[in-house]
Amino acid sequence: MDYSGERLLPGQLGHFFIILSLVASLAATFAYFKATASKNNPEKDSWKRLARISFIIEAISVTAILGLIVYINFNHLFEYQYAYKHTSRSLETKYLMACTWEGQEGSFLLWSFWHCILGLVVIKTSRQWETPVMTIVSLTQVFLATLVAGLYFFGEKVGSNPFVLLRNETAGPLFSRADYLSFIKDGNDLNPLLQNYWMTIHPPVLFLGFASTLFPFAFAFAGLWTKKYGEWTKAALPWALFSAAILGLGVMMGGMWAYESLTFGGYWAWDPVENASMVPWLTLVAGIHTLLIYKHTGRALKPTFLFFIFCFGLILYSTFLTRTGILGDTSVHAFTGEGNSLKIHLLIFMAATLIPALVLFFTNNKYIPSIQQEESSSSREFWMFIGSLVLFLAGIVIIGKTSVPLFNKIFNTNIAAPEDVEFAYNRIQVFVAIVIGALTAIVQYLKYKQTQRKLFWKKIGVPTIIAAVIATLVLGFGNINYNDKGIGFLAAIWVALVAAIYAAIANLLYIWIGMKGKLKLSGASITHFGFALMLVGILISSSKKEVLSHNTSGIFVPLGEGNKITGDPGDNLTLVKGVPMDMGKYMVTYESDSSHAEKPLWYYRIHFKSKDGKDEFTLTPTAFVNYKGNEGLMASPDARHYWDHDVYTYITSLRNPEAAKDTTSFKSKDIKIGDTIFYSAGFMVLEKITSRDSLPKELFGENGALYEAQIKIHSKNNTSYTAMPKLAIAKGNTLPVADTVTSESLVLKLNSVDGNNVQLGVKETESILEYVTLKAYKFPFIRVLWLGVIIMVAGFIISMIRRNELNRSARQAEDLNFSKQQNG
Amino acid sequence: MKKIQIVLLVLIAVSIAVLISFLKASPTYDTVDIAKSKPGKSVSLIAKLDRSQPVEYDYKNPNFLSFTVIDSLGGKVKVVYHNPKPDNLEHSERLVLKGAINGDYFECKEILMKCPSKYKDDKKVIEKSLPTSMLSPASKNAEIKY
Repeated sequence: MDYSGERLLPGQLGHFFIILSLVASLAATFAYFKATASKNNPEKDSWKRLARISFIIEAISVTAILGLIVYINFNHLFEYQYAYKHTSRSLETKYLMACTWEGQEGSFLLWSFWHCILGLVVIKTSRQWETPVMTIVSLTQVFLATLVAGLYFFGEKVGSNPFVLLRNETAGPLFSRADYLSFIKDGNDLNPLLQNYWMTIHPPVLFLGFASTLFPFAFAFAGLWTKKYGEWTKAALPWALFSAAILGLGVMMGGMWAYESLTFGGYWAWDPVENASMVPWLTLVAGIHTLLIYKHTGRALKPTFLFFIFCFGLILYSTFLTRTGILGDTSVHAFTGEGNSLKIHLLIFMAATLIPALVLFFTNNKYIPSIQQEESSSSREFWMFIGSLVLFLAGIVIIGKTSVPLFNKIFNTNIAAPEDVEFAYNRIQVFVAIVIGALTAIVQYLKYKQTQRKLFWKKIGVPTIIAAVIATLVLGFGNINYNDKGIGFLAAIWVALVAAIYAAIANLLYIWIGMKGKLKLSGASITHFGFALMLVGILISSSKKEVLSHNTSGIFVPLGEGNKITGDPGDNLTLVKGVPMDMGKYMVTYESDSSHAEKPLWYYRIHFKSKDGKDEFTLTPTAFVNYKGNEGLMASPDARHYWDHDVYTYITSLRNPEAAKDTTSFKSKDIKIGDTIFYSAGFMVLEKITSRDSLPKELFGENGALYEAQIKIHSKNNTSYTAMPKLAIAKGNTLPVADTVTSESLVLKLNSVDGNNVQLGVKETESILEYVTLKAYKFPFIRVLWLGVIIMVAGFIISMIRRNELNRSARQAEDLNFSKQQNG
Repeated sequence: MKKIQIVLLVLIAVSIAVLISFLKASPTYDTVDIAKSKPGKSVSLIAKLDRSQPVEYDYKNPNFLSFTVIDSLGGKVKVVYHNPKPDNLEHSERLVLKGAINGDYFECKEILMKCPSKYKDDKKVIEKSLPTSMLSPASKNAEIKY
């Protein structure tokens, strides 16, 4: 059939570039391999030239593929499944960009794209290391290219192609029509939870981080392969520092995103996806430290190899865990499975890169230089090595816990996630924080090989005293009294906090004590200072997180009713529109709401006013309501930032519009003036009845009357209201005019008036109410955490620049020597 | 033996101990009957919502939800949950409930739901999302029989 309206050219180009990138990466791998393996120079050069051309073609292809996906998304070409699945017409430009990497295919391509860019940097700068390193890079590119190929090899579909057509992928009566496209008005949209500016920023940074871990690995591999066991470390160090900076930033950006727009109630939930990207980072940082030990003392070269190999291996393993759906129910945001072919594909990917690396490592083990003599326990390297080991093992424990669903599958067990997932991790990692905090504080003050005791104490004395004073102040006045998990955990938090403060102060002061204030040389201290601030921020903000929305004094829920069993008043508070509610130190009011013009996105204006009247602000948490037929809401929080804490709130529940149909009826009560009637949330008193004279005859006729009852309502929370229901008798008809007290969900109606006796109709209803239920938290010192992240990343970058400069000048010196020798 | 090797062994031993104790302490996926046999111990129940019993929830009190679940062996238990009602509860296919038996009911800490439309990547969901009726307003004038 000839389908009308389809624009097939972008897809055809896409298919072409996908094949081209596969072929080019294969060619580059082969040519770089030959260039590395060949002994004579002219042959080496010609292979290298071919390899470079191939890799550049590869880079162009990958860029073109991404460009075509962007084109398809931006022009709403819904004949392509990718555009239909991930985009819609109402999306803003920044989100349309984000759609590019919403799907598996797009995110693999983004990863591959960064490999290309970084690969080009290697070609430009790495001289002798280019050919072996790029062999590995090109090989990974082959695997990434096959992941998006969607080709059949021996009857097995390999990879998933982003340019497939909707009509080929899905069945439906629609596709029996040539003009099917004219019925598809809009796409499936970007998942509303992802419609957030972080979705535009976080994935590119995180994938750059992922991509960058390949390079320390590739250098280590190159070192083993070319048997230059030690030399590769110099070239690899700036790469490792870059990778630590970007991967760390990417992971923490994920945390910021979760904090700002997801309703985890925090920035870190020990979710598998978070763990899976953090563990490689820990391993990488361990590797950087052992590399520095090697550089200064000649020790710890073997662990450095292993750490860089494991780091990349863990990146692949985390991809395996989070992309194949193997984690099932345990993750909030794991991708769903693409079936077994992706699992097998990723396993082959891992095997093809890691097994050769490990085999090379173990067969060359005896040639890798190491020092047999024992290091002094007063040496810097001894403690640095222990720190690296602790980081790595902490990572292994985390990834082990994360992998439980995989163990269940393999060993056929049925171990479930712990009841309190976060605590299951925190109770262990708090001890890691203590050890790492203390080591971070002290180890810089030790010298490599041997430290003189006197000098050490002289230098570290002042920072220790200052840190002790600050830590005492924080513990004494900071109210760190998180005892939900028992006194033992609180004590551990205290010790960890002291260690983190010590690390922050000691490293900040080391910039002057050890480096004489030269910032350019102080990358390590700056990084450690930022890391220590992160630890401080994490410890305080998590242990001092306070629920503000305790449902203690609501008009709806009397004290204690929130949770009959435990006496816990509950963390969710219901707010009625327009009625100020008591919430901790604030009075909060649900003021109004409004919706997005084109999406079912609602904005709720919640006004906060502190009881002392000094502070007043409005937060606007949002929620997608009944999005695309999915009943319910997807909420995003909003926060008010102060220098020392955040007030953070999100909607947890809304009035169910279905339940709002008014089915209750009026109950009649005969009363006199001064009588009291009780209702569910208080009582009311009939104060007086007035009747009006001189009514217009044309409206009321003869004997017309208008009565007005004044009723005072006293609610349980000591608020009183006045209602004025009316009764008109006009032309023989009785016409009651009811009055409503919205906040009490009361409707009052005058049925009849006879002197001082009246019959009053009372209705309690839900349908007149508009309300939202929310949770609110106070996060103290969350900004310390973010500031720590920024400083840490800056520190890594400063170190990287410094190491690059050192490498460059060393190279210039070498070149100079070389030319001198040539001349002399 | 070198100091560093001793430290290495100790740290690895500690890590293994931590992992094993984590696995030991982790609850298992259990049926209603097994959960009932160990009251107070936290478990993960896999069950379905019992649609023959009422779901008790008052929007006025967002901190109390109660419903009954039934597992694949027919075991039934009343569940109490102190948080707002998840919106898709009535449409859920399967529930994973974390918590413990407390007296005659299951005190639930967390509900994980498996819903038919949770993942839009699912092929069927895409098929469902396609316009099926040829008589949608935009195409009324097209009315072609095929």
